Amino acid sequence: MKSYITAIFAINALVMAKRIEDLKVIENKRLNNDFFILELLGNTKIPDFKPGQFAQVRVDDSAGTFLRRPISIHDVDYENNTFKLLIQIAGKGTKTLSKLVTGDILNLVYPLGNSFSLPGEKEKVLLAGGGCGIAPLLFLAKYLKSHGNTPDILLGFRNKERIIEFEEYIKTGSVFVTTEDGSMGEKGYLTSHSILSSQKYNRIYCCGPESMMKSISKYCQSRNILCEVSLENLMACGIGACLCCVVDTVKGNLCTCIDGPVFNINDLKW
Amino acid sequence: MVNLGFSIGDLYFKNPVLTASGTFGNGSEYDDFFDVSRLGGIVLKGTTLEPREGNHYPRMAETPSGMLNSVGLQNKGIDYFEKTIYQHILKYDTNAIVNINGSTIEDYIALAERINKLEKIHAIELNISCPNVKMGGMAFGTNLSSAREVTREVRSVYSKKLIVKLSPNVTNIVDFARVIEEEGADSVSLINTLLGMAVDVVNMEPSLSTITGGLSGPAVKPVALRMVWQVANAVKIPVIGIGGISSASDALEFLLAGASAIQVGTASFIDPQASVKVLEGIESYLLKKGFSDIKEIVGYINRTH
Repeated sequence: MKSYITAIFAINALVMAKRIEDLKVIENKRLNNDFFILELLGNTKIPDFKPGQFAQVRVDDSAGTFLRRPISIHDVDYENNTFKLLIQIAGKGTKTLSKLVTGDILNLVYPLGNSFSLPGEKEKVLLAGGGCGIAPLLFLAKYLKSHGNTPDILLGFRNKERIIEFEEYIKTGSVFVTTEDGSMGEKGYLTSHSILSSQKYNRIYCCGPESMMKSISKYCQSRNILCEVSLENLMACGIGACLCCVVDTVKGNLCTCIDGPVFNINDLKW
Repeated sequence: MVNLGFSIGDLYFKNPVLTASGTFGNGSEYDDFFDVSRLGGIVLKGTTLEPREGNHYPRMAETPSGMLNSVGLQNKGIDYFEKTIYQHILKYDTNAIVNINGSTIEDYIALAERINKLEKIHAIELNISCPNVKMGGMAFGTNLSSAREVTREVRSVYSKKLIVKLSPNVTNIVDFARVIEEEGADSVSLINTLLGMAVDVVNMEPSLSTITGGLSGPAVKPVALRMVWQVANAVKIPVIGIGGISSASDALEFLLAGASAIQVGTASFIDPQASVKVLEGIESYLLKKGFSDIKEIVGYINRTH
């Protein structure tokens, strides 16, 4: 009985407590017309984030941005107790967030969601992302590297001008790029990059537009490659209470916020 | 010290702050954020006899100061409730209320009989007002004779406290409150969501898979408050006010208008601590105003105006 109780406590200890906190904006770095990075300072010790997790960000009290906005954890700096959110301006909420300046306070509910699974050290791993979907892949790449697996990274953009954070990804693994107009890397969509035919991957982690994730899924299924994707469903609460963000899976409707955002493609009814 | 307690018959609540069904999961979703036992009660997610998958995604749309949902009563059914959820809520030192739903009167009766046997469940909230299911739900709550019949039948098999949750999507909500009171309901809660709709202009399609859904949040508060005030002046049973309550000030409006208690709903999605903050705010308001018992302010405006 005693060992049973100990085991329960051990499992509970692994589940990180969610928290609601006011955090100070250290920097708002504009990357281009559409993207910016908010760096936030923890007012207590920041949690041990898992790659793929996200935060529910309070925008303001205006009528048009009533709900929080789910934003991926882009990068974490435990030494300085800071972390970054990579955000695309997609509507009123993210537009308001883009105007934050150093010293502003942002209210977060975090860390939320599950995480990408950890591969074995000898497995060959590819991270594939496009658009705002590249956001969780930087922290994932760093996390994998610190756990002994340096992944390849494949990033897809519309053109050279829209490439963001390239110098950061370069530090974490071999980076391959596609642009739709061929202004950098290989020309075409991410899924047509030659690396996908020249390399044999054991796992592919993907985040980006649904069409991209679906074609990567197809590629992986036809080659029996383990594939996990990170979904961006519309969300209200972020903590599994409202049941709004569901995705149709082989196990029925599951919440993207607590059962995801990362799903094995074999569980999705795509 | 301020007395915050209220009662439905002989069922005592230590304070008037409850959570609205469908916005508080089964309580455990909020354990990380505060001690759920501090609340006067928790109303659990709508439960049906059989498991339900709910409606297809998308089932939520943000609207000005509110949101539409068409979740459609997704839940794992009463067997799962008894085996798992009930075991979890035993740890809370507060009143647990199950929100029950059915497609037929027989469903409601069977559910009420099952829940009547659960010692720790002190009351049920009879949901005759869900706008997001094809069968049952709001159909019972928008027809006077159906509302009467389902309340009567459930009353005949359920011996603990029966709260009936009303739909605002009717011509005169007071008629419904009177009918369920006549049939022996112990309390009435209102309002459920207002039937609404949104269109995605970019993709030129309805925002919800079901086209229409239920509107909640601060946008519905003035409508909810008006209806609570009307009902509180028409029935003798305690009224539980629901609709867009996000702050203590919002809650106090409902109390002053005649609600004996309130439920915090959509606000918990934005601030998981919203309900407990409402509770703290009500207490400090009473202290500041020099009241020693919350009953002194319930229906205050109806006595002075």
